[in-house]
Amino acid sequence: MKHLIVIIFVLFATAVMAVEPHETLSDRKLEERARDISKGLRCPVCQNESIDESSAEIAADLRVLVRERLVAGDSNQEVVDFMVTRYGEFVLLKPSAFGVNILLWAITPLMLLIALVIGALFIRAHSALPGKIQDEGLSDAEKAELEKLLKS
Amino acid sequence: MITELGHFALLLAFTVALMQATIPLIGTRLNHNGMMNFGRTAASAQFVLVAASFLALVNAFVTSDFSLRVVTLNSHSLKPLIYKVSGTWGNHEGSMLLWVLILALFGACAAWFGSNLTHRFRATALAVQGAIGVAFLGFIIFTSNPFLRLVVPPFDGQDLNPLLQDPGLAFHPPFLYLGYVGLSMAFSFAVAALIQGRVDAAWARWVRPWTLAAWTFLTIGIALGSWWAYYELGWGGFWFWDPVENASFMPWLLAAALLHSSVVVEKRESLKSWTILLAIMAFGFSLLGTFIVRSGVLTSVHAFANDPERGVVILGILFFFVGGALTLFAVRAPHLQSQGVFNVISRETALVLNNILLAVSAFVVFVGTIWPLIAEILFDRTLSVGPPFFNIAFTPLMILLGFALPLGSVLPWKRGQLGKSMRQMKLPLVFALALAGLVWAMQTGRSLQAPIGLFLGAWLVSGAVTDLVMRLGQERDITRLLRLPRADWGKAVAHSGLGITMLAIAALLAWEKEDIRVVKVGETWTVGNYQLTLKDVRSERVANYQATVADVALMQNKKLITIMQPEKRFYPVAKMPTTEAGIDYRFLRDVYIVLGDAQENGGWTVRSYIKPFANWIWAGSILMAFGGFLSLSDRRLRTAPTGRKSGPRHAVRTISAE
Repeated sequence: MKHLIVIIFVLFATAVMAVEPHETLSDRKLEERARDISKGLRCPVCQNESIDESSAEIAADLRVLVRERLVAGDSNQEVVDFMVTRYGEFVLLKPSAFGVNILLWAITPLMLLIALVIGALFIRAHSALPGKIQDEGLSDAEKAELEKLLKS
Repeated sequence: MITELGHFALLLAFTVALMQATIPLIGTRLNHNGMMNFGRTAASAQFVLVAASFLALVNAFVTSDFSLRVVTLNSHSLKPLIYKVSGTWGNHEGSMLLWVLILALFGACAAWFGSNLTHRFRATALAVQGAIGVAFLGFIIFTSNPFLRLVVPPFDGQDLNPLLQDPGLAFHPPFLYLGYVGLSMAFSFAVAALIQGRVDAAWARWVRPWTLAAWTFLTIGIALGSWWAYYELGWGGFWFWDPVENASFMPWLLAAALLHSSVVVEKRESLKSWTILLAIMAFGFSLLGTFIVRSGVLTSVHAFANDPERGVVILGILFFFVGGALTLFAVRAPHLQSQGVFNVISRETALVLNNILLAVSAFVVFVGTIWPLIAEILFDRTLSVGPPFFNIAFTPLMILLGFALPLGSVLPWKRGQLGKSMRQMKLPLVFALALAGLVWAMQTGRSLQAPIGLFLGAWLVSGAVTDLVMRLGQERDITRLLRLPRADWGKAVAHSGLGITMLAIAALLAWEKEDIRVVKVGETWTVGNYQLTLKDVRSERVANYQATVADVALMQNKKLITIMQPEKRFYPVAKMPTTEAGIDYRFLRDVYIVLGDAQENGGWTVRSYIKPFANWIWAGSILMAFGGFLSLSDRRLRTAPTGRKSGPRHAVRTISAE
């Protein structure tokens, strides 16, 4: 339990504050790009927070680093690539689309397609062409039962 | 003494659950009425015993009995009473006990109110419910016993995590568990139906209210949790696609699907085996959620009871029940015959589409949640799957769902005409398109997010209204509205609620304004159309924490709207700071202010946000839950189905009298 409290402490202790005013760039366009990039980068020591939300020290350092790279003239992709080479794929909140991750990104269209095909087959198996559905009427046994019910 | 009694009651409950899981089942084999009836007695007894045990634990928390290990670790004598009570389930052991209490409550409800179930069926379902009870009571007693004593009790406790000391979160777990565990009823009924080899309209009519209740509670639980995150975590986020949140969201999606497919079983005797499968999966995902939250396998911001060993036990329970049920399903499902025949254009098809979209979205959330695990174990890649993935992969499914919903909900059963239903829905469609167009024109150059969201909201709400109006018939007799079955009202209200939530999320994300700066006392700054002035910052000492409180005047057009009081707190016992955002809730927007750290030059970091339509997210959720309750109060759900010969006669008469 102590262990747990420590975890939560690390998580939330400073999580209150994210981007600090002194970190921001005066160039609004650049700052906006920096925010965009940091929202997609995971804080390496936190559990599930972007560096934009987190206020672990390393997150603050990374925010400054992102801005430094931008000021130096990097494109968004270059900044992200730089972070990945330093901290690994782990920092990408939006997983890259290479290797087995292609499957992850394809999961929505793939599953939807499979489900739609199964659904269509089911509907075809249970559907009738227009006009084929008619009142099947009652079977003799049902008629007899209806009679009985009406009489009672 | 009371604690020992509680401990003893827990052990007794375990024994009773063991008997409940076996004796009625043997009774159904031997055709022994007494043994079958024993299930009811056992279910009541199990509930009473678990309740006694739970109350004993609550008592220990309220009286701050620090000789108990859980109390020491999670409570403090200075804590306000309400959080002493809620502290009972603010930890792993206590929350498991609450979990089992609710499980026993549902079992007991089936015993008390299930008089319209057949003898044999009720006995089987109660036995399955008892078996789940055995598993989890055993889990508590052998791995997470809350009644363990400390050899040397300390003078005071270590306090509950301050973030959990909040009214929203105090009641979040009970509602969530009512939902999670409520799905156990659908599971037990599904397994019982497989054992009995019979699924029909009557079965669906039994399952629906339980699923509906579970779904409704789950809706409330999730909404409370998300609302709490919004005002407590300090930046106004309401959903983080965190594993623990996903753990509650997947059962919610599947419960929603189950709710709709059981309607098809009830009305049309179709989709039977699929519905059974859904019932199994919905509870399976609840167990999976329990596993995710408690094992710490997937890192998360709010996993509060990480322990891999316990996780393994829960995983074992999960495999036993879901695996067992699926095996049973594989053997028996082919014998479940669906009867209803329908046209391609019909309500049946619409509900199949509903199920496809909901099930696929649950599956997508599932894959995204466990992907880091798969990638690490199988492909040796340490990676993260965060909100950007879920937003891209999940949102399109919800948009499709929103597009299809109003049209599908007015299609007639068995055979419909698309053209006719389209004509009926022309007005809402035109209205929603016009609104979206207007918004699109007003915000040139921005994303499609807001227009699509507004379209869906308007389309769902006006579609639901049109559906009701169509029920008035030719003569437009308003009084007929009052005579409509409550389930129809529930449907309209819940669908409107979904639309409002969709609209609000899109509008909030598209139009939110944020401002971060350092301000000195007396300084004024502008955010959007509002002027804010930092009037004062002062320190206060309250109960079990210290607070730094700021007064911020909120003005618009030089008129004072209100004084907001964002707060920073520090809990000395837990050594933890928290924020209490200052929020001015209004109909169309929230102004949200967070007080940050003091700066060296004497200023304070202040974050201010304008959050349009924020309240509507939870208003929509409340409407969904209210729709659920409305439906639940429909008398048709409480009376026995007409088609069932064994049903009590008076019930048949009630229905024909309608």
